[in-house]
Amino acid sequence: MRTLTLVALTLTAAFLFRAALDFPAWGDPASPAGLHVSRFFIERSYDDARTPNLVTATLADYRSYDTMFETVVVFCAALACFFIIRAAREACVANVFHYRHAPTGLVLTLRRGCPLPRLRGRFEQIDSEWTPRSVILETVSRGMIPFLQLFAIYVLAHGHYSPGGGFQAGVIFGASYILLAVSHDLRTLTDHVAERTMHLLAAAGVSLYVGIGALALWAGMQFMDYGWMTLAFGMDGPGAHSLGILLVELGVALTVCASLTTIFKLVSSEGTIMEGL
Amino acid sequence: MIQEINAAILLLLMVCAVAALQVRDLMGAAILFGAYSFLMCLQWVSLGAVDVGFTEATIGAGVSSALFFAAIFRTTRRTKD
Amino acid sequence: MDFAPLLGKANFWAYFFIMLTGLYGMAVKRNLVKKIIGLGIFQTAIMLFYVSIGSKEGATIPILTAADAAGRGGIDAAAYINPLPHVLMLTAIVVSVATLGVALALTLRLWRRYGTLEEDEILARLRGDPGGEACTPRS
Repeated sequence: MRTLTLVALTLTAAFLFRAALDFPAWGDPASPAGLHVSRFFIERSYDDARTPNLVTATLADYRSYDTMFETVVVFCAALACFFIIRAAREACVANVFHYRHAPTGLVLTLRRGCPLPRLRGRFEQIDSEWTPRSVILETVSRGMIPFLQLFAIYVLAHGHYSPGGGFQAGVIFGASYILLAVSHDLRTLTDHVAERTMHLLAAAGVSLYVGIGALALWAGMQFMDYGWMTLAFGMDGPGAHSLGILLVELGVALTVCASLTTIFKLVSSEGTIMEGL
Repeated sequence: MIQEINAAILLLLMVCAVAALQVRDLMGAAILFGAYSFLMCLQWVSLGAVDVGFTEATIGAGVSSALFFAAIFRTTRRTKD
Repeated sequence: MDFAPLLGKANFWAYFFIMLTGLYGMAVKRNLVKKIIGLGIFQTAIMLFYVSIGSKEGATIPILTAADAAGRGGIDAAAYINPLPHVLMLTAIVVSVATLGVALALTLRLWRRYGTLEEDEILARLRGDPGGEACTPRS
């Protein structure tokens, strides 16, 4: 079996290496890929959508139908993860709790229903596979997270003029939540943003994207034609497309952020969303 | 696009790809895959695809490494091949 | 013999090498996480090939310069790298991390049931005693 695979790989390699000789020259401006429709995108996008970043203009305006379904795929992946490993509700109720007495470092293990003993000092709940807390890690992460989130919003809002856009902003925002979960524990994250809120945000992003496109139908235009905003807000055509791109990217960012955070929570806690990495 | 830098990055990419598959420790493999993703991000910027490079830097080197670590934390880092 | 065209092809050959490395990882490696890493290498190699098709010698990144954005018309398409492959691959990267999440979730599910990540051991268990939830190694 292994030999057969290696033979097949060698044959594929030989065919591919031979086929590369017939490709257009490396970096040729006159290669077929650069002649047909991309020429139109480069020459027209600023007049159509007033967006200097050609990638953003193509992504969210000319090919917005494509991007809509990519967003739906990300949403469906989070949904699939949820259905594959989310544990049943009974498994997600812990029977044993671990508390650490902050001044002494004593760890108490309590069954459900037992009250906490009256001791002086603060108790904090810890995971069963407890890793020692690192003050440096927690403080540095707490300092970084607001800037990460601010940077994500900047990337989203400035996507028309610089590299960036909805996908990147969503990933950076999701990464800030993942950093919170890794540096503290999963409970801190679920206390900040509940699981249900994350799911609603993921669905809201897709709905926003599809809704922006569907409103065009209501105005008598084609699906995903942002021109309806000229009627609704009284702006010129390119301005309407520019605003449409921003709103659509916001929907993408919401879905990507919520989906990636959900996937991380599910994978790191093996579906129980109680104790994680 | 500077050919020498491009060639160096491509060489490192090939080394990282082979090493990520050959190393006999899943945690090491995940870290090498993160390094591979970051080199891929450099390669994309050298090709002029800045948006793709940005996405790869956040996703490949960031979030997917975190996902791998989470899965390895929940399972095992040992592997037979 | 003129070697200059072959030098350009060397880039494509490097991409094919990376792609075949990923394919080798998916087909020959028995560990499930190794297979997923192979899948990731395979995906990124194809994206690299795709993006490289749109590259143009002497062109700049696909963001209009201030002069081109101010002037009406007259944008030279050969001065900007083709943005279309970038758009397609940008979305593909985000989808690849989402599918990575699904793959890892399935791996965790297999681990919970069989207690191993090795494909041959899982297959042996499937042939030996079908059905029955195995004891989990970590309760």
